[in-house]
Amino acid sequence: MPLLSLRAVSRDFDVSRPLLDRVIDGEPRRMLRAVDGVDLEVNAGETLALVGESGSGKSTVARLIVGLYAPTSGSVAFSGRRMQMIFQDPYASLNPRWRVRDIVAEPMRILQTRKDVAELLQQVGLSPEDAERYPHEFSGGQRQRISIARALAGEPDLLVCDEPTSALDVSVQAQILNLMTELQRRLGLTYVFISHNLAVVSQVADRVGVMYLGRIVEISPAAELFSRPRHPYTRMLLDAVPDLELSGRPRTPVAGEVPNPLSPPPGCAFNPRCPHANERCRSEKPQLYKNVACHAVEEGRI
Amino acid sequence: MTLAIKNLRVEFPSRRGTLTALDGVSLSIARGEVLGVVGESGAGKSLTGLSIIGLLEPPGRIASGEIWLEGKRIDRLPPEEMRRVRGRRIGVVFQDPLTSLNPLYTIGQQLEETILTHLPLGKSAARERALSLLREVGIPAPEARYDNYPHQFSGGMRQRVVIALAIAAEPVLLIADEPTTALDVSIQAQIIELLKRLAREHGTAVMLITHDMGVIAETSQRVAVMYAGRIVEVGPVREVIKAPLHPYTAGLMGSIPKVAIEKKRLVQIDGAMPRLNAIPPGCAFNPRCPKRFARCLEERPDLISVARATTSGARATACWLHAAP
Repeated sequence: MPLLSLRAVSRDFDVSRPLLDRVIDGEPRRMLRAVDGVDLEVNAGETLALVGESGSGKSTVARLIVGLYAPTSGSVAFSGRRMQMIFQDPYASLNPRWRVRDIVAEPMRILQTRKDVAELLQQVGLSPEDAERYPHEFSGGQRQRISIARALAGEPDLLVCDEPTSALDVSVQAQILNLMTELQRRLGLTYVFISHNLAVVSQVADRVGVMYLGRIVEISPAAELFSRPRHPYTRMLLDAVPDLELSGRPRTPVAGEVPNPLSPPPGCAFNPRCPHANERCRSEKPQLYKNVACHAVEEGRI
Repeated sequence: MTLAIKNLRVEFPSRRGTLTALDGVSLSIARGEVLGVVGESGAGKSLTGLSIIGLLEPPGRIASGEIWLEGKRIDRLPPEEMRRVRGRRIGVVFQDPLTSLNPLYTIGQQLEETILTHLPLGKSAARERALSLLREVGIPAPEARYDNYPHQFSGGMRQRVVIALAIAAEPVLLIADEPTTALDVSIQAQIIELLKRLAREHGTAVMLITHDMGVIAETSQRVAVMYAGRIVEVGPVREVIKAPLHPYTAGLMGSIPKVAIEKKRLVQIDGAMPRLNAIPPGCAFNPRCPKRFARCLEERPDLISVARATTSGARATACWLHAAP
C-alpha cells in the first residue's frame, strides 16, 4: 500500500468580485480550478518531485496533501502516522520572537513526541548552543536547517517540501540538498518535493511528476524522464534549462506563455504552445496513458 | 572600451566604523560584448551596477576609483548631468518588472515619455519609435497592446516592455540586474535570447548581473566572479566554467545542480560568505577554502593575470595559488 495516495483530486478557488459588484454588473461567480483531477501515489522511502512553472498547481497539491486546503472533489489518503511541511521562505516560517529551542520543540508539545532539541540541531548541522539564539541571528541556509529540525521533531513519515531551496544561494542550496538526502538515508524519510527547478529535481527525485495548468502531464521514474522525456511540455522545459556544460546540444527555442488559468484553452491545455497539436488536441482533454497525458504520444505521432 | 571601471571602492560609513562594500573592483566591457557578473547575495554585484549609474543609496559612496563610459569619466558628474547619462547612454533593467513600470500610465505613454525626454523627436515620430521598440522586443500585436496598463501584461511581457524602455534611447551600455530571476524557465530562455540579440544587432555593451551561472553561460562572452566585494576571477565564460582557477569558482560550479540521469552528491562549500563587518584578514575566502595556506591568512591577493596556452582571452584570478613563486 502506498504511503500517500491522491485520487482524482481537484481544488477550485472562488475568485469572484465582491457580491455587491457582481449583483450590480450582473456577473456570475468565477471559479479558478487550480488542481484538476490529479492522481498520485507516493511509496514509503521514496522522493516524489512535482515540477512546473508558476500557476501549474504544484504548491496547491502540497497544501492539499498536508490538509491546509480541503479538496473540492476527490480524496487524499495517508497510511502513515504523521507528516510535516517545509516552506520556501525561511524568513517567514520561523517566529522571530521565539528562541530556536521553542521553535524546534513546538511540534513535540502538540504531538506529544519526545525528542532531544540538542540532538535534532546536531542532526541538521547546527550546534546545541544555537538553541538559545533567535532566528534573526542566523543566515537563510541556517534558518532552513532550523525548519528541517522542527519538522523532524514531529517524527514524520512524510515530509512535504515546497521549494525548500529556492530562496537560497547556490552554495547554500547544495548544503541543504545534501543534508536532505543524508537525512532520508538515515531516517528512512519519504519526501514530496515541490520545485520549479528541473536540475534540482534531478538531483533528489526518484520519481517526477510534471504539472501544467493544474494537471499532471507526465509522471515517470526520474532516470526515464530525464533521459527520454515524452510529453512535448516536458521536452520544452528541459530544453529551456540553461546549458552549463556548454555542450552545444541542439535545442528547440521556447515559444509562448502559460495561458490564463481563468480561461484555459479547450482540449489539452498545452495545445496553443505545442508543435504537435492537431484538431483532437484542441477539443479533447488527454488522460494519463502509460504515464503521459498526450494524444500525440498515445497515437505514436511523436 | 564602452565601459571601464578602475579600482572602484565603495564605502558605507556607519557608527561602528566604515564598511567596505566594494574593494578594488576593476572591469571593462567592449562594444557588443556581454559581460556576466556572478556572485551570491551580498557579493557586491548589484552595488557595482548602482555605482555605474550613480544611484548608490546614501550613506553609501564611491570612496576611490574611476568609472569611464566611452572615454568620458562619469563617476564625478553633477547629478543633473548624470541624470541625462542614465536613460540616454546607459539603460537599466531590474529584476522585478512591476517596480520599474508606473502602474498608472499605459505602456505607450511610458515609452513615449522616455523617448521624448531623450531623443529630439516629435509626438508622432515618438509613437512610431515606441511601436517599433515593442515589435523589436517581441510584444505580439503592439498596436493593440499600446494603450494597455502594466497589470494587463504577464511577467515575461512586462520584462520585455522594461527592456524596450531601457533601449529606447539606444544606450551604449545596458545594465541588466537579475533580469530573468523573477521569471519562469521557459520565459527566462526567451528573455536571454532577446538580450543576446540586442548586443549583437545594436553593438550595445551589456553588463548582466545574476546569481545564475546558467544564464551567464547562455549569454555572456566573459564572466567576472565576485565574492565579498571583490572580483575573484575573470575570464572567457567557457574557460572559467570548464577550468575555474579560483577555489571559490570551482566550489560554486560544483554546487550548481545540473540536469542529470543519476542522483549524486553536490560539491559543497561549507560555511557562508562573511558579512561586511566580519571580513577576515588575508583572502576573504580563506575560512572556507580547501586549499588555503599561510599566505592566504595574512595577505589579501589582487587579481593576478594567468597566461594559459589554451586561453582565448585574458584570464585573471585573485588567489595566491596562481602567484608567481
